[in-house]
Amino acid sequence: MFILIVGCGRVGSAVAKTMLSDGHDVSVIDEDPEAIALLEKGQDRSWEELGGSFTVGTALEIDALLEAGIERADAFVASTHGDNTNLVIAQVAQLRFEVPKVVVRVLDPARAKWYRDQGLSTICPTHIAIELLEEAVRGGDRREAA
Amino acid sequence: MYMLIVGGGKVGWNLARALIERGHEVTVVESDRGRYATIEEELGHSVQAGDGSELWVLERAGIERADMVIAVTGDDEDNALIAQVGREKYGVERIIARCNNPRNFQHFELLGVRPVVSATDLILRLIEHEVPKYGPLHLLDLHQERLEIIELDVDEASPAAGSRVEDVGLPDGALVISILRDGAGFVPTGESVIEAGDEVLLVLDPNLEESVTGYFTSAAGTRAA
Repeated sequence: MFILIVGCGRVGSAVAKTMLSDGHDVSVIDEDPEAIALLEKGQDRSWEELGGSFTVGTALEIDALLEAGIERADAFVASTHGDNTNLVIAQVAQLRFEVPKVVVRVLDPARAKWYRDQGLSTICPTHIAIELLEEAVRGGDRREAA
Repeated sequence: MYMLIVGGGKVGWNLARALIERGHEVTVVESDRGRYATIEEELGHSVQAGDGSELWVLERAGIERADMVIAVTGDDEDNALIAQVGREKYGVERIIARCNNPRNFQHFELLGVRPVVSATDLILRLIEHEVPKYGPLHLLDLHQERLEIIELDVDEASPAAGSRVEDVGLPDGALVISILRDGAGFVPTGESVIEAGDEVLLVLDPNLEESVTGYFTSAAGTRAA
């Protein structure tokens, strides 16, 4: 599978590294040229030597998406730090480039839900954290009565 | 009408002031607290603090009863999405979005957001208007309605030069709506004569643009003759 990941922060870089070690082709875009350091952290070779590719560019630039190979991508991950950027580029990937699998990170639970209802595959870390916290709190025991 | 303006920058604030003067009910949503405080001194309760990308902020500002949503923040992705949820989630019929970087215009189109206003684009059009060029100048494009208004310079050797409007033989679906001559303009009748050097404004179906242009330029003049 050829996977294009836009946004190389903690989340994007971790997903990229896992996918590459799973044997997929991985291409990453970030506006910060230094972000490649996250992909190489803990590795003994450079990201490119490991077989990954990295493009410097802003997410909304079609040229950067093309250069990074969006036209042949089987999967697209929108994981920049901006919900709005992610939601726009995910729709660009889905509607314009017809990428078969588009996954988008949205921190705002309300919009994650609405866009999921519109057919986007949204992942909401906030919502997941809320569920886990609620579960953890419910699992607590009452204090013994004195 | 109730106008919801998202983004209290120069554009949003001045727009709000002008719309209030015209008697409209206006709410501006501004995310920057300092900026919000400045606007609040003048506009009072007509401004709310909050991130207009968030649905609850839009709902608190009354998007559900808004007659118009105007998305004029400095970020194109924000404007595009605010316009998208405004129309598709809240059913607001009139939407105007600002596009700061003309290269992002395609994203607005993809999301079905229109009309989109771009200051850069407007200035470019003004420059084109001032600098003579060949071919049609697009003054208005209504993609959905399949109509456009274009401006053409009438070439001396063109079929239209020296003809009455009704004799030019324009196809159905194209109409001359103005003739600009010597710095003034008028709405022609069928009997008005088009002169070389005139600028004509036409409303037409975009499919007819190429053939209609031929009536006013010499290159295609030989073909039409």
